[in-house]
Amino acid sequence: MRRIPSPFPTTPLQKAAAVLTVAGGLLSALPSLAQEAGEAAHKGLPQISQTDTFPSQVFWAIVTFALLYVMVARVILPRIAGTMEERQDKIDDDLSRAEKLKGEADQVMADYERGLQTARSEALDLLRKAQEAWQVEADKRNAAEDAKLAERIKADEDRIAKARAEAEGNLKSVAASVAVALTDKLIGVTPPDQQVSKAVDAVVQR
Amino acid sequence: MAELPETPDKVFPVDPLHQFQIHSIVPVNVGGVDLSFTNSALWMAIAIGLIGLFFVLATGGRQLVPGRLQSVAELMYEIVANMVRDNVGTEGRRYFPFVFTLFMFTLFGNVLGIIPHSFTYTSHIIVTFFMAFVIFIAVTVIGFARHGLGFLRLFFPHGAPLWTSVILVPIELISYLSRPVSLSVRLFANMMAGHIMLKVFAGFVLLMGLAGVVPLAALVGITVLELLVAVLQAYIFTILTCVYLHDAIHLH
Repeated sequence: MRRIPSPFPTTPLQKAAAVLTVAGGLLSALPSLAQEAGEAAHKGLPQISQTDTFPSQVFWAIVTFALLYVMVARVILPRIAGTMEERQDKIDDDLSRAEKLKGEADQVMADYERGLQTARSEALDLLRKAQEAWQVEADKRNAAEDAKLAERIKADEDRIAKARAEAEGNLKSVAASVAVALTDKLIGVTPPDQQVSKAVDAVVQR
Repeated sequence: MAELPETPDKVFPVDPLHQFQIHSIVPVNVGGVDLSFTNSALWMAIAIGLIGLFFVLATGGRQLVPGRLQSVAELMYEIVANMVRDNVGTEGRRYFPFVFTLFMFTLFGNVLGIIPHSFTYTSHIIVTFFMAFVIFIAVTVIGFARHGLGFLRLFFPHGAPLWTSVILVPIELISYLSRPVSLSVRLFANMMAGHIMLKVFAGFVLLMGLAGVVPLAALVGITVLELLVAVLQAYIFTILTCVYLHDAIHLH
C-alpha cells in the first residue's frame, strides 16, 4: 500500500464521518463517485451511459451464444444423452440377463430337487424290498430251526420217559425184595412173591 | 480492485461502478458500427470456452459408472431436462438445447463475475434485455405459429364473464408486454446490486483501517451470498423462459 499523506480519514471522527457519508448517502453519492472515477467520457452508470458499446455487446452476445448453442446441440447434449441412454440400456440388459440366469438357476434347482426326491423314494423302495426279502428268508429259517428243535425235544422227552419207566420198574423190584427181607427178619415169614408185588403196587399207586 | 485515490479530496477509496466499465480490447469497426472485442466479449468467450471445456472433459470418458465431473455434467443435464419437462411438457423437448444453452450462458456469466477482476456480462442491461427480448419474440412467434389468432386467448382467461374483458385484457396485455423488461431487469439488477455491494464493503475495509476486519468478514459472507444469487438468478431466468414457453404452447 502506498503511503500518501492522509488520503484516508485518519482520526476516528473523520472515519466515522466518512462511513456515515458513504452509508447514509450511498444512492445520491453513487453518480458523483462515478464521475470522480476518472473516466470522464462515461458518466453515471456505465450500463446506461456507455450506449456506444451496445452494438458490440449485443453482437458478441449473439456470436458467443450461437457458438455455445452449436456446441450444446451438436456435441454436449448428444454425448450426455448418449452416455445416459447407454447406461440405461446396459442396466436393462444386465437386469434381464440376471432374470434369465435366475430362471435357469431355479430350473436347475428344481431338477435337482426332483432328482433327489426320485432317488430318495427309489432308495426307500429298495430298502423296503430288501427288508421284505430278509423277513421271508428269516421266517423260513426260523421255521426250519423250530422244526428241528421240536424233533430233538421230542426225542429227548421220549428218552426221559423211557428212563423214568425203567427206573420205576427197578424201584418196584427193589422195594419187593426189601419188603421180603424185612418181613423175614421181623417175623420170620417169607411172604409169597405174588402178595409182595401186590402190596408194593398198592403203595406205589398211592 | 481497490483503487487508491489520486487526490486527497476523495472521500471513498473505491469506485463501485468502475467494474462495469467496458473498454475495447480489439477494436472492430464494421460499416461505422463499433463492434469492438471488449472485456465483456472476452468474458463471454471465456464463459463459453469454459463451458465447452468442462463438458468435453466431463463427457470425454463416457463411462457407464460416472466419475465426479461426469456426474456434475449429468446433474446439470437432469436439472435443465426436468425444468423443461415440468414447465413446458413433452413439447418442450425441441427447445431443450436452447434452454440448456441459456442456462449455461447465464450461469457461467453470473458465477465467473464473482472472480475478482473479472467482468460480469450479465450485469449489463443491454445483454440481459437482448436475451429477454429474443425470448419474448420467439415465444410470441411460437404462440402464433401453434395457435394462430387463437393465441390471443392468452390475454383473456377462459370462462371469465365477457364484461371483465374490459379490465382483464389490458392487464394481461401489459403483463405480457412487460415480460422482457421484468425478465431482463431482474437479472441485471441483481447482478449489479450485488457487485456494487461487494465494492462498497471493500471500500469500507480500506477506510476503517484495523476495524476493517468487520466489513471484511461481511465481505466473505456477501461473496457466498452472491454465489447463491448468481446460481439462483440463472435458474430463475431459465425457468421463467420455460414458463413463457409453456404459455405459448398450452395457453395457460
